Amino acid sequence: MTRRSPARAAPGEWLTGRVRPPVDRSPRVSPPALFERLAEIGRARSAGGDASVLYDRHGVLVVRVGDVVVKAHQADRDGGPRLERRMRVAASLPELLLPPLDGPLRVDGRVVTVWPYGEPVSPDAVPWEEAGRLLAALHTCPVPADAPPWGRPTRVGRLVRRLPDGPEAAQVRRAFATLPSWIRAGEDDGGADGGAPQRLIHGDWHLGQLVRAGDGWRLIDVEDLGRGDPVWDLARPAALFSAGVLPPGDWARFLRAYREAGGPAVPSDGDLWRVLDLPARTLAIQIAATCVISARADGRPLDGPERALVDTCGRICEAGPGMT
Amino acid sequence: MHCPKCHGVMRTYTRSGVHIEQCDNCRGIFLDYGELEALTRLEGQARPAPPAAPAAPAWGAPAQVHHHHHGGGHYHHGGLFHMLFST
Repeated sequence: MTRRSPARAAPGEWLTGRVRPPVDRSPRVSPPALFERLAEIGRARSAGGDASVLYDRHGVLVVRVGDVVVKAHQADRDGGPRLERRMRVAASLPELLLPPLDGPLRVDGRVVTVWPYGEPVSPDAVPWEEAGRLLAALHTCPVPADAPPWGRPTRVGRLVRRLPDGPEAAQVRRAFATLPSWIRAGEDDGGADGGAPQRLIHGDWHLGQLVRAGDGWRLIDVEDLGRGDPVWDLARPAALFSAGVLPPGDWARFLRAYREAGGPAVPSDGDLWRVLDLPARTLAIQIAATCVISARADGRPLDGPERALVDTCGRICEAGPGMT
Repeated sequence: MHCPKCHGVMRTYTRSGVHIEQCDNCRGIFLDYGELEALTRLEGQARPAPPAAPAAPAWGAPAQVHHHHHGGGHYHHGGLFHMLFST
């Protein structure tokens, strides 16, 4: 959901509530009137409960009332026909994606959607196998005719262009320069990327995009859902494993489950990195850029894992240009 | 049979199909021809093969970097939490 200012943005956070349960009762950034409108929508939909703010940053306000979540989307995101199509896709695949309850609505000039509340992933008990199986199921289901094209990875370019000065940022920029031009240009032209297989993909997958609802785990945040190359849904864990911050055992659990469930993004055996190298590189650079921007905004040095991502950019430079 | 070392009485035991003579007195063990190899072979089968480390790309972190930042599969660490749980 938070696309243009991802420094500390967390699309899943609004449902995850992060590590601590949400306690805010009113927004600190968004107008109180908008909070009241969302709370009102939530109360009309839910069985009851206090209205609380789950997320209020980067132009996104998310309010929970009991078992219902009401989200005011970023004003500059596509809240029109494409979001509507994506929500229809989610509604048609309730065993994979959390189905919407209502929306998109127009509330005080904002696009608003209504969803069931889902229980977030605990950092202590990450369901890597379930995550792998869920993505494999998404990638193997027939692509709904209505699914918009995912297009190209555009976040990395936007983030790198926002990097501050300094040696760490320079390292990230040098790594970015090794990426092929179709990623560096980052134009979201909606076109296919190089004849890669076209599947239904989440488009911005990470652990915050997974919630437990009803009888099992579901994917949330449909704003990038569409038709594209499924290997990009594996890019983030692949990048974090490659950077040395995701333990190999966890990566192996995720990947094994994905392959055993027939996930088509990677060859079932043989060289994984033939197809995964470029997406993993791209995400490593994107995450490193996020870390540098975030640390600078907070006025603090990089922490260990953040440093590991910037170091990975150094190794990407040494390895030379990636595949085009 | 008597122990070649202390001349105590040796008893025959069978372990995983391999006959072993052990001295009741000094606990010394006598192996017939081929029995040491048979035991070695059994030991190899009993020990699970070490898990193969997943392959990494050319620019991947050196193996020893893994596990430096945290342990036990927990992701509470500030930077790491954001990397795994947010865009």
